[in-house]
Amino acid sequence: MSSLINQAFQNAKSENRPALLTYTVAGDNTKKRSLEILKSISNYADICELGFPHNTPIADGGQIQTSAYRAIKNGIKINDVFSIAKDFKSKKKNKPIILMGYYNMIFQCNEDKFLEKCKKSKVDGLIVVDLPYPENQSFAAKCKKKGINFIQLVSPTTSEIRLKKIIKDSHDMIYYISMLSTTGGKLKVSPKKILEKYSKIKNQNKSKNVVIGFGITEKTIKSLKKADGLVVGSAICKEISNSINKRQNTVTNVTNIVKRLKNKIK
Amino acid sequence: MKLKRGILLIDQHDQHGFWGGKFGGSFIPETLKKPVEDLTNEFKKLRKDKKFLKKRDHYFKNYIGAPTSFVKLDNLTNQLGGAQIWAKIVSEANGGAHKIYNATVHALICKAMGKKYIVGDTGAGYAGKMLSMAAKKFGLKCKIFMGAKDIKRQKPNCDAMRKNGAEIVPVYSGSQTLVDAVSECMRYWVSNCDNTHMCVGSTVGPNIFVKICGWSTAQISRELKVQLKSEFKKIPNKIKLINCVGGGSSAYGFWSEFIDYDKKQIELIGVEAGGPKNSKLHAAPLSRKTKIGILHGAASYVCQNKEGQINETESISAGLDYPGVSPMHCFLKDTKRARYTYATDEEALNAHQMVTKFENLNPSLEPSHAFAEAIKIAPKLSKDTIIIVNSCGDAKKDRDILRERLGKK
Ligand SMILES: Cc1ncc(COP(=O)(O)O)c(C=O)c1O
Repeated sequence: MSSLINQAFQNAKSENRPALLTYTVAGDNTKKRSLEILKSISNYADICELGFPHNTPIADGGQIQTSAYRAIKNGIKINDVFSIAKDFKSKKKNKPIILMGYYNMIFQCNEDKFLEKCKKSKVDGLIVVDLPYPENQSFAAKCKKKGINFIQLVSPTTSEIRLKKIIKDSHDMIYYISMLSTTGGKLKVSPKKILEKYSKIKNQNKSKNVVIGFGITEKTIKSLKKADGLVVGSAICKEISNSINKRQNTVTNVTNIVKRLKNKIK
Repeated sequence: MKLKRGILLIDQHDQHGFWGGKFGGSFIPETLKKPVEDLTNEFKKLRKDKKFLKKRDHYFKNYIGAPTSFVKLDNLTNQLGGAQIWAKIVSEANGGAHKIYNATVHALICKAMGKKYIVGDTGAGYAGKMLSMAAKKFGLKCKIFMGAKDIKRQKPNCDAMRKNGAEIVPVYSGSQTLVDAVSECMRYWVSNCDNTHMCVGSTVGPNIFVKICGWSTAQISRELKVQLKSEFKKIPNKIKLINCVGGGSSAYGFWSEFIDYDKKQIELIGVEAGGPKNSKLHAAPLSRKTKIGILHGAASYVCQNKEGQINETESISAGLDYPGVSPMHCFLKDTKRARYTYATDEEALNAHQMVTKFENLNPSLEPSHAFAEAIKIAPKLSKDTIIIVNSCGDAKKDRDILRERLGKK
């Protein structure tokens, strides 16, 4: 049977649009609120990425760092992340959820235990920012065995040879980092250039779903519509920060952004 | 897990970069894979390149001022009784600390790779000061990442960096110390790795940075070996090499040539930062039982909680105030080749006071941790035991802290 992640892409394709992927940090700013946000935005998002917050995130920019620090300060633990995922999936069985984070958290939990917990909470995929190919091969194989998608990243600096190997080794989805940047950087490369590189990756194996992430906002999303999927993270985390600062309703505000993002790629 | 003889410790890792199968590695974002691979290949080539080695030796001698002196601390020895206390005064090196070796080599590599920008992290400010010096000397544009708390407490070194034309980027996240500076420096490199070279300030970080740094500071032990032979006619039978350990670059450099010796002949003692006496916080992952974790691209013993969040650390000494440690030291600990212990802030201050009272020497707070251990064990040892402390930094940078804590002018 095709994975939920695959189905989400097919569904979007049938509507002639890219899939919309959102990224929020579990527990930002509280456990309850982040579940509400997740449930609400998933009415518009095709796949939801949920970050498990780490206090030394070496590849994240300010927006996501702020979200992660806030969640940790509010006491979020890895088990809370799983319980959010589980609650979410009990309401939205068919909405794929991807956990994203840093390897130390998985390592401390123990790889097998972590995957067991993913399985129990019906997590569909995993992205581990600091576990690149080929060091990730044994963990990726474990994921596959459990029916969990291990999603690898490729970047503008990924060499041809690596690219081939990563694609060959990949599961249903590949994540293309649009530019040299931490998360939340300004899009410093033209959409045209990003899409050129994107096609090169896509053409290696058309059956893989390749998404683009980093630097995507309400302003830039439309220009990258050709991709199989687009990930928006920092723009959403930033809205959460803004709403908190202005004491406005985070759920409504964040949902509105996601709604607008979706309208722009329809 | 076993140490090999006849092979440098920096090279005793497996194909994935792990020492002892579990320490080190390269846990890096995909974006950095290529730059790290490029750097790895370049370093592999350069370290065998006769011209490059000649250049390195030239700058070590004429720019850094090798060899630094090796002296007996007669007054301290007489005062304490027991073992002879000697010191290798690495702080005589240009700039005032061992960090100049790593900085110089990185600047040379950066030049060789045709890059014009160089970035680095710093805690005590020495790594940053030296990188800014080397950058200036070799015509590179330089940015230094430094925790806001460290900028405040290590002002003299910050002034030096700015004078050398480097930009100091203050880091306000987390505990505002070295750990956050390293994170921010890595983030900057992720975003600019196409035209910028990164220098990690100690034997930490992804495998290649551990190697380059260790390869650079190893000069210290090469000199010491020659000096020991000329002083004692041969390598004496009972030596204890005592060194402070933050990331471990100074300790590795001090020990490199001596790791192959039997530990009954040459004992290696690393002293970590125990923090304030009554505080639960410390920066002593090796000596105060922490678990293995992944920090800044490598697996090592790390001060962290059960979940894998990195702990805040506390030490009077900015250079040792780091929750992780070199994977090579983890390997030395687990193979029992080196022994690790810690000194508290108070013990380091006392040691500083005692050394400056009896000797014409002004060790910074980092090596004062090492002196604290020497002072502790010397009286119990025999007169033919040679304790050697690496006095790897000068206390000029600690002016404000010493004034506040000891009323020093
Ligand atoms: C004088 C001095 N000694 C020791 C250290 C500790 O670093 P490491 O253990 O990496 O040599 C530092 C770091 O900044 C330092 O400045």
